[in-house]
Amino acid sequence: MSRADLPRAGASHVEPARGEPAGGEPAGGRDVPARRPGPLWSLGLFRSELVLTFRRWRTLALLAVLAGIPLLVGIAVRIETGGDGTADGGGGEGPAFIGQITNNGLFLVFTALAATLPFFLPMTVGVVAGDAIAGEAGAGTLRYLLVAPAGRTRLLLAKFTAVVVFCLAATLTVAVSALVVGVLLFPVGEVTLLSGTTVSFAEGLVRALAIAVAVAVSLVGLAALGLFVSTLTNSGVAAMATTVGLLIAVQILGAIPQLDAVHPYLFPHHWMSFADLLRDPVYWEDLLDNLGLQGLYAAVFGTAAWARFTNRDITV
Amino acid sequence: MQPPPVRDTVVETRGLTKRYRGGRPAVADLDLSVPRGSVFGFLGPNGSGKTTTIRMLLGLIEPSGGGVRMLGEPMPDAARRVLPRVGALIEGPALYGFLSGRDNLARFDAADPTADPRTRAARVGRALERVGLTAAAGKRARTYSLGMKQRLGLAAALLQPRDLLVLDEPTNGLDPQGMREIRALVRELADDGTTVFLSSHLLDEVEQVCTHAAVMARGRLLTQGPVAELAAGAHGRLVVTTPDSADAVRVLKEWGVTDLTVDGDRVTGEVPTVDPPDPADLNAALVRSGVRVRAFGTERVSLEDAFVALTGEGFDVAG
Repeated sequence: MSRADLPRAGASHVEPARGEPAGGEPAGGRDVPARRPGPLWSLGLFRSELVLTFRRWRTLALLAVLAGIPLLVGIAVRIETGGDGTADGGGGEGPAFIGQITNNGLFLVFTALAATLPFFLPMTVGVVAGDAIAGEAGAGTLRYLLVAPAGRTRLLLAKFTAVVVFCLAATLTVAVSALVVGVLLFPVGEVTLLSGTTVSFAEGLVRALAIAVAVAVSLVGLAALGLFVSTLTNSGVAAMATTVGLLIAVQILGAIPQLDAVHPYLFPHHWMSFADLLRDPVYWEDLLDNLGLQGLYAAVFGTAAWARFTNRDITV
Repeated sequence: MQPPPVRDTVVETRGLTKRYRGGRPAVADLDLSVPRGSVFGFLGPNGSGKTTTIRMLLGLIEPSGGGVRMLGEPMPDAARRVLPRVGALIEGPALYGFLSGRDNLARFDAADPTADPRTRAARVGRALERVGLTAAAGKRARTYSLGMKQRLGLAAALLQPRDLLVLDEPTNGLDPQGMREIRALVRELADDGTTVFLSSHLLDEVEQVCTHAAVMARGRLLTQGPVAELAAGAHGRLVVTTPDSADAVRVLKEWGVTDLTVDGDRVTGEVPTVDPPDPADLNAALVRSGVRVRAFGTERVSLEDAFVALTGEGFDVAG
């Protein structure tokens, strides 16, 4: 990115920036004049954080795995149904919507999201969120960011922003990959919704996009939880493992009927509510409950992460 | 925003203390005073509390007691105003191995909210040039040698013009050539007027580049002041070279010289600290008594002697 900046920065170098000696030499040993920061300069850290996240080999590998899942599902369904004809409903096994894929490739998007939401998608979020602070601490770069000075609150906000953007990127990766595979392997056309109404393919696409956003929002609670775990340790691997472990534990708790009473408070409780976007009219109640629950998790664990991170001694 | 008051002290701590859970204090009651424009050597064996002190100065660790003022403002409250004017190298460099040297610097520059993004590339280029890394700027940092990493860390500390540079063991792990280069760079920066706070466990390094020094041991400050005064604090031993060593010992004892030892034709002893005799009188007395003097003088005192005199122990012993 800096290479792209070069010519522009070189040109602006000519105008004498007030408060900063253009030559970079301290002026005769006297006080370096206080620099007047521009109002938007502090956003540089957010941009840097996003660039850093998506330049990591690990992030790209996770996205590649996510992109591969719809391909596997698509090929499996294609082979199973022998290429044409109508499969008979899939017999009630497998992810939701899988039976409709052969009629309409767009359903591969819904199937892929339903298949990855319980584990694969949140696992990737757990890895990225868990590593956010702990990884910097482990590598030692955290101390240099803080004396830069990034500011602890600003750094935490930048990290959270990057993780939330990753949630969206991960979900869109699954959705777009599924759409491409679906269009290539299966017929597409008008979409019959769960409520029986038929809408145009274009509206189906819009609803698919809305579903992807709803799924991404579903992951925000886990992102905040992972970020909190990340402030507790100096080992990125430990934070990732803990976050993913918590995810598995919560999913198991959610599957035990005797623990009915706590289920509404578990962050995956309303995850499958995205299917309600395929009804006409849309059934909002569960979707809004999900939004509220994710917001609650983000507030509680975001605050906990902030309280922990701003009071912590950085000894690595 | 009014300009910070100009003071002659760049770093000032009062009663600075850090006590980790349950243990003895890592730093106890530290009153440090770093004059503006000095190259300040911060000496002490490993484990003496140097790094904990530096981290408290920079706001990474919260003190258990006492206070810090840097560039005239309280830390860590004024960190946002103070730290952009402070460059730091803390316990060795830390880099993003998958980023190039140039992108590493751009990352640290972006973390500074007072850094203009429009001039970022120019700043990064200058810093790379200053530490001689321009040719390797495009390579991933994980392929760098330790010396190159150290230089990149220094480049990060030099991204902006600074009032104060805090360098924690900057020559650690470098070969002699690299150490010389770093020392030359420190001198150059000091000549520009930047105050340099240099922690080290290498006495000769401090002696070579520092104007002032403080000595820590077991979390406490033993002494601080100009290097010349610290060395003068420990008295040099009198050395007389003579074939008549027995006579020389007798005469010197009469003049109050203590701790006399004879090694062949070399007689050494401690000149009394209270009311010391003039060396010229001593020499005249020796000659009057028929002692044939080949050489007469005082051993030069190194900072190491001063340190041993202060701590009564070897330097590399950690507490």
